[in-house]
Amino acid sequence: MNAQELLALADDELILGWRNSEWTGIAPFLEEDVAFSSIAQTEIGHARAWYELAAKELGTDADAVAFDRDPHEYRCAPLVEARLVPDWAQTIARHWLYETADSVRIQALMNSDDPEIAGLAGKIDREEAYHRMHADMWAERLRDEARFRTAVDELWPSALGLLEPGQRGRLCEVTGRDPVDAVERGEHTEELRPLWEEMTMVRRSIPGAAW
Amino acid sequence: MVTAEQVWEAFAEIPDPEIPAVSLVDLGVVRDVAVEGGKVRVEFTPTFLGCPAVEVMREQMARRINELGAEAEIEIAAEGWSSDRITPEGRRKLEESGFAPPAPGAAPTTLLRLQKIVSRCPYCGSEDTRLENLFGPTPCRSIRYCASCRQPFEQFKAL
Repeated sequence: MNAQELLALADDELILGWRNSEWTGIAPFLEEDVAFSSIAQTEIGHARAWYELAAKELGTDADAVAFDRDPHEYRCAPLVEARLVPDWAQTIARHWLYETADSVRIQALMNSDDPEIAGLAGKIDREEAYHRMHADMWAERLRDEARFRTAVDELWPSALGLLEPGQRGRLCEVTGRDPVDAVERGEHTEELRPLWEEMTMVRRSIPGAAW
Repeated sequence: MVTAEQVWEAFAEIPDPEIPAVSLVDLGVVRDVAVEGGKVRVEFTPTFLGCPAVEVMREQMARRINELGAEAEIEIAAEGWSSDRITPEGRRKLEESGFAPPAPGAAPTTLLRLQKIVSRCPYCGSEDTRLENLFGPTPCRSIRYCASCRQPFEQFKAL
């Protein structure tokens, strides 16, 4: 796996983690406030682990790859970029699609020839099981809600774009949905820049700051 | 010269930064200690990858090794941590301080199976408890509720 592929994985997890954390303090129930905050924390932990591998290949450190690139250099998929607060139906639709697609990707990485990648994917998979149980529970609960169904339909092409073309058939199987043209990784939505500005503010204003 | 046994003893006194009732040895995060001359190599396996306590644990282990007069080299083990690595002593201490220890074995992968696990209330011992939230104040904990003493309590996740 090359550094660019590792960065795509790490960027997805970091940006999604950031978006999940936007529910901290304002989720519709206290339990979900805690859940989304905790999920955000683990996603960002996974991002760090992938950034560390990428940084080794690039000869730098995890913080530098996470925060010192320009927005156009990020490799995250459009699915994770959208700011969905305060729409709970869209949030759960993305959460479920992301966790389901991510599981397809992690399963493939667990079979990697590179023992470091396979080992890390295995660790991450065991933690992600909790995210999947949570996402599946909500998808089941909202299954017949029109707003949730519309949100899943709208996000479906971006969910396919999270995966390599060869893995997309598996996502269709798991979700029982038909293949459509994917929204591919590569072009960023307008929503990434404001997030990037907030996320990198400290690094940019005080380079090399430690705390 | 420092011995591996001295290092293990020192580590048994380092409290977990988030659950101080248990030590790093109780938690099973230290996999191996090897002394090579004046250097101590530690193989360490953090609980959850996003655990913010990891850096604190690393610093404290390095400091204890330095205090024993050796140089520290802390490496992350390739193999992941599992909640089955918590020692019997660690499980007892968790329960005493109000945390239900994790269910033994691999974590269930469906909510239905997870809900079937019988978990004992650490306050009153009742098994009439239910899962309130898969997630809790740290990545390694869930929230349960005891119908008998009507107290919420935290359970260490199986991982």
